[in-house]
Amino acid sequence: MTKDFDWGAVGDAFPLLLDGFWTTLLATVFGTLVAAVLGLAIAVAGRAPSRLVTVPVKAVMEFIRSTPLIVQLVGAAALFTSVEPLTVGIVVLGVHYATYTSEVYRAGIDAVPKGQWEACRALSLTPRRTWQAVILPQAVRNVVPALGNYAISMFKETPFLAVITVHEMVFQARDYGTKHFVYTEVFTLAGLIFLVASYPTSLLMRKLEKRLGH
Amino acid sequence: MATEPLPLQKNAATAAEDVVPVAVSKDEGHPLVRFDKVVKRYGDHTVLDELDFTVERGEHVTLIGPSGSGKTTILRLLMTLERVSDGVIWINGEPLTHIRGQDGSLKPASEKHLRAARRKIGMVFQQFNLFPNMKVLQNITEAPVNVLGMDRDKAEARARELLELVGLSGKVDAHPSQLSGGQQQRVAIARALAMEPEILLLDEVTSALDPELVAGVLELLSDIARNTDITMLCVTHEMNFARDVSEKVLMFDAGRVVESGSPEKIFTDPSHERTREFLNAVL
Repeated sequence: MTKDFDWGAVGDAFPLLLDGFWTTLLATVFGTLVAAVLGLAIAVAGRAPSRLVTVPVKAVMEFIRSTPLIVQLVGAAALFTSVEPLTVGIVVLGVHYATYTSEVYRAGIDAVPKGQWEACRALSLTPRRTWQAVILPQAVRNVVPALGNYAISMFKETPFLAVITVHEMVFQARDYGTKHFVYTEVFTLAGLIFLVASYPTSLLMRKLEKRLGH
Repeated sequence: MATEPLPLQKNAATAAEDVVPVAVSKDEGHPLVRFDKVVKRYGDHTVLDELDFTVERGEHVTLIGPSGSGKTTILRLLMTLERVSDGVIWINGEPLTHIRGQDGSLKPASEKHLRAARRKIGMVFQQFNLFPNMKVLQNITEAPVNVLGMDRDKAEARARELLELVGLSGKVDAHPSQLSGGQQQRVAIARALAMEPEILLLDEVTSALDPELVAGVLELLSDIARNTDITMLCVTHEMNFARDVSEKVLMFDAGRVVESGSPEKIFTDPSHERTREFLNAVL
């Protein structure tokens, strides 16, 4: 590096990046919510007795998993031009990750011993009550740590939202970099902000993991 | 769970004739449980081979026999955890796993029908199968409240009574993981009783317990056998259990009943060579 590190630019860009960071955080939190709820729904639907349910669900999942996130983002943005880009981004992120979290839930559901299902049947519990009161509480407990890891991973993929003009942090960094020609500084700063946000989160996840007894 | 349609045409005609006596109330004239040429296959392996046997109301029956002779399968079929491959199980003169069509033919029942049908039947498992995410009290009240629609306060009062009966009044708020195996099995027994079953199925309920805990659970079950009119079917390797709890013992081998009789008869004077061999091996 021949040029000196421009500390002035760092201070100058910081509020802008912080502004973008809130958008990043928003996308992550709501994207995770979508992924957590939809993933669960997919996992439960995948165990439906009828193939009319399981086959289409599987097909859609394969489609989503076999195409890159960035293509899905651009495609969805082109389809839903009247919808706010951030909303499109949140939904696409959520749906994309739901195909992965559903696998996590599936594993969590499979890990519930067969005897639990049999006890539910022996007590004549309805399928709804079986899931709600017995299977899911045990399955979700198994998967919270893995879901947390997907949340962190989603957090780091939010920069893709820039391609559909969501003003998240990396978008702001590039914007500032282009205007002032100080890419190194702003991208370093963006990287640091990511680090500062995700490292404590992963520590927190590890703690939670321990508390849940894994 | 297998949902394949069952080839029942063959049995349907004869079975339907058996149960159409018009003016007879369904409580009279029928054994409580009747296995009618029940077949259970897993792939090529036939576990139960045209099994016929009956259990009368209020009887306490122990099923004994070597491992793999189909004893546990009988309980699992009765609990409708599995479906028969052929034949019909009758409860109180009504088909358990089938519904009767208008022409009297029998069709495999839907899961919804099964849920209603199995309500009279309770089961206690070898591995207890308590719900680990619920406290002891909730384990017992879950089904009465959500299946029978019992008022929560009433269900809890009843659960406390049952816990007292099984000697665990102090464990109302414990989690299953905080209990010993024997205590967990007592809770499981209370949980099954809370549904007020007519038939209680006990599947090797002491096999997973430490030896010093077995006696207490056996005592509890013989109390229940003495003081209630619940019909009990027990699969066990504890011959004491058979002697203390039941008045009838069925000896199974290779999916068939080899002989049946009172415990005294079976244990002291078995008429079958196969029974003698088995008893020599386990006693």
